[in-house]
Amino acid sequence: MALLEVEDLSVTFARRGQRTVHAVDGVSFSVDAGEVVGLVGESGCGKSVTSLAIMGLLPKQPGLAVGGKAVFDGTDLLQLDDRSRRDIRGRDIAMIFQDPLSSLNPVIPIGLQVTEVLTRHRGMKGAAAEKEAAELLDRVGIPDPRRRLKEYPHQLSGGMRQRALIAMAVACQPRLLIADEPTTALDVTIQAQILELLKGLVRDSDTALLMITHDLGVVAGMCDTVNVLYAGRVVETARRRPLFREPRHPYTVGLLGSVPRLDAGRGERLNAIPGSVRDVLPWPDGCAFAPRCERRVDACVGEPPALVLAHHGRSYRCVNPAPVAGYAPGDDVRAVVPTQAQPGSVPAQAVPDDPPTVPGLGPAPREEESA
Amino acid sequence: MTISPSKKKEKIDRLAETAARDDERGVSLWQEAFRRLRRNPAAIIGTVILALFVLVALVGPLLVPHAPDAQLWKGEVRLGDFPGPRAENWFGTDQLGRDEFSRMIVGARQTLLVGIVATLIGLAVGSLIGGVAGAAAGLGGRWGRAIDNVLMRFIDMLLAMPSLLLAISIAALLGAGLTTVMIAVGVVSVPVFARLLRGSMIAQSNSDYVLAATSLGVKKPKIALTHVVPNSLAPVIVQATLTLATAIIEAAALSFLGLGNNDASIPEWGVMLADAQPYLDSAPRLAILPAVAIIITALGFTLLGEAMREALDPKLRK
Repeated sequence: MALLEVEDLSVTFARRGQRTVHAVDGVSFSVDAGEVVGLVGESGCGKSVTSLAIMGLLPKQPGLAVGGKAVFDGTDLLQLDDRSRRDIRGRDIAMIFQDPLSSLNPVIPIGLQVTEVLTRHRGMKGAAAEKEAAELLDRVGIPDPRRRLKEYPHQLSGGMRQRALIAMAVACQPRLLIADEPTTALDVTIQAQILELLKGLVRDSDTALLMITHDLGVVAGMCDTVNVLYAGRVVETARRRPLFREPRHPYTVGLLGSVPRLDAGRGERLNAIPGSVRDVLPWPDGCAFAPRCERRVDACVGEPPALVLAHHGRSYRCVNPAPVAGYAPGDDVRAVVPTQAQPGSVPAQAVPDDPPTVPGLGPAPREEESA
Repeated sequence: MTISPSKKKEKIDRLAETAARDDERGVSLWQEAFRRLRRNPAAIIGTVILALFVLVALVGPLLVPHAPDAQLWKGEVRLGDFPGPRAENWFGTDQLGRDEFSRMIVGARQTLLVGIVATLIGLAVGSLIGGVAGAAAGLGGRWGRAIDNVLMRFIDMLLAMPSLLLAISIAALLGAGLTTVMIAVGVVSVPVFARLLRGSMIAQSNSDYVLAATSLGVKKPKIALTHVVPNSLAPVIVQATLTLATAIIEAAALSFLGLGNNDASIPEWGVMLADAQPYLDSAPRLAILPAVAIIITALGFTLLGEAMREALDPKLRK
């Protein structure tokens, strides 16, 4: 059993007089020790809500309901009372947020904020806590840590701030780290450094890392396994290489196709997926991506597509997936993306390696990734 | 327009100097706000006015030319004709033959005392109520909401009454006197501080760094004390400065209505203003001088308060 098993997680926001929003709808995935798992999708697809639900950080308000399971090392996090949850947070599971400036308290020095965690979970005080805090800052690559401890967040650069936040998160050597778009607010060079730091921390301490991002570059550089999220559902799960080489779900295809390329000609248009996940609210009963999908067929409407299990632990939710046959690994992904929607017609395709649809089953046991 | 090279160099030097200073030790939000404050002309003007006012209030009474309660020129006072400004009485004398200039100077001390004490009362009580309510609201749960509700409805009751009317009621209840004025004006400013601190704390409770601290397992009371309260104080401090201005005006109003200082030997601007009423046609300066003094003092506090608001506003920071 994996370190974190999320099963059928759902988060709904109900408001009187309005249609209930299923922000997260039956999401299942798992994260193993030492593994980096990506949760990928565009803004508004439920990535952050998923992570906040796992941490129990969603505000307690009427109309907000969390269902399903998030089993961490044998205990269901969603069933815990507030006290045990607080004990786990920061000690066993820690989180790194998107905006390092607003995630640090502006009026107290960095040092106090780092020692706070040490005091809370490791009972350290005074000089000992300060020494440990300096060592933590040193470990995350902040030069002159003693001096930095006395400084305030606005005196640190963006990258330093994110390093300080990471230091706070890893202060108690948590077994699971959830990083919610940790590099979105940083520029590209700093981004690479921070990702490198996270990678190193995971490698050295066998920490599991759940990486939430919309950046496929980050996914390509970091993740072992990728879950593509759309409209609160996992639409495709695959190891990193197969996902990039042969994406099956049209949404994944679209995401990969919309990455700007250096070798594109001048003046060539970027390939964006038309519309936005929020344009089509409320999400339709069937496949939520159908209104924007170029491979839409009649079967997409009505019922949500069932999970299709494929080889190598892959799975996707699509009745008309992108074909795998007809192009070799390394081919330009866009070459095989159909350019014209063909509503009503299922293009003939050969999908020999896919077993028949198995509705209601979780992902098949993961197999070794073929190199 | 081009900047001359020497000016440019000067500017760079100044920046380097600032940077070097920053390097030595941490510069807190407050230090940075102070630096911004120094660049604001309104803050400078306000500070100069207040410095003069405080100086006069502190040392003025020791240096006045005449005792403020001595009727030295009683013999020269005729009905509708009091000695006007002259060499020995810069502002003339009042209707009882006392030196108006000396009375103005000594009155400054009373005004400052009333303003500060009243504001401190309002600040202390208001922050206590607002802080408890804000922390309770942040804690949530049935009890948290209940405490917040009870405290805030009490504040709403205070707020529902017109402030001067409330002050008059309190003053009438406690009997006229300087202490009464301080308490009455202080109580009137309680709701502002309470609501401000509570609102500010609730807003801060939703901030990212509170979420981050929560995600690290820090307990809620600790979060309220170390994260929420320090970040909520800026608007309260600004409000305290602005309240000093209104407190001075309200104290003057109470004195004007005869509820203030009843010790005739200690002059007070509000009382002087009230006493000058019958002589508006013959000696308007007796009303104008204390009125202008009140206005200038209030203006000083307001200018400084507004400048502080700008300096501390995170949205206006570079």
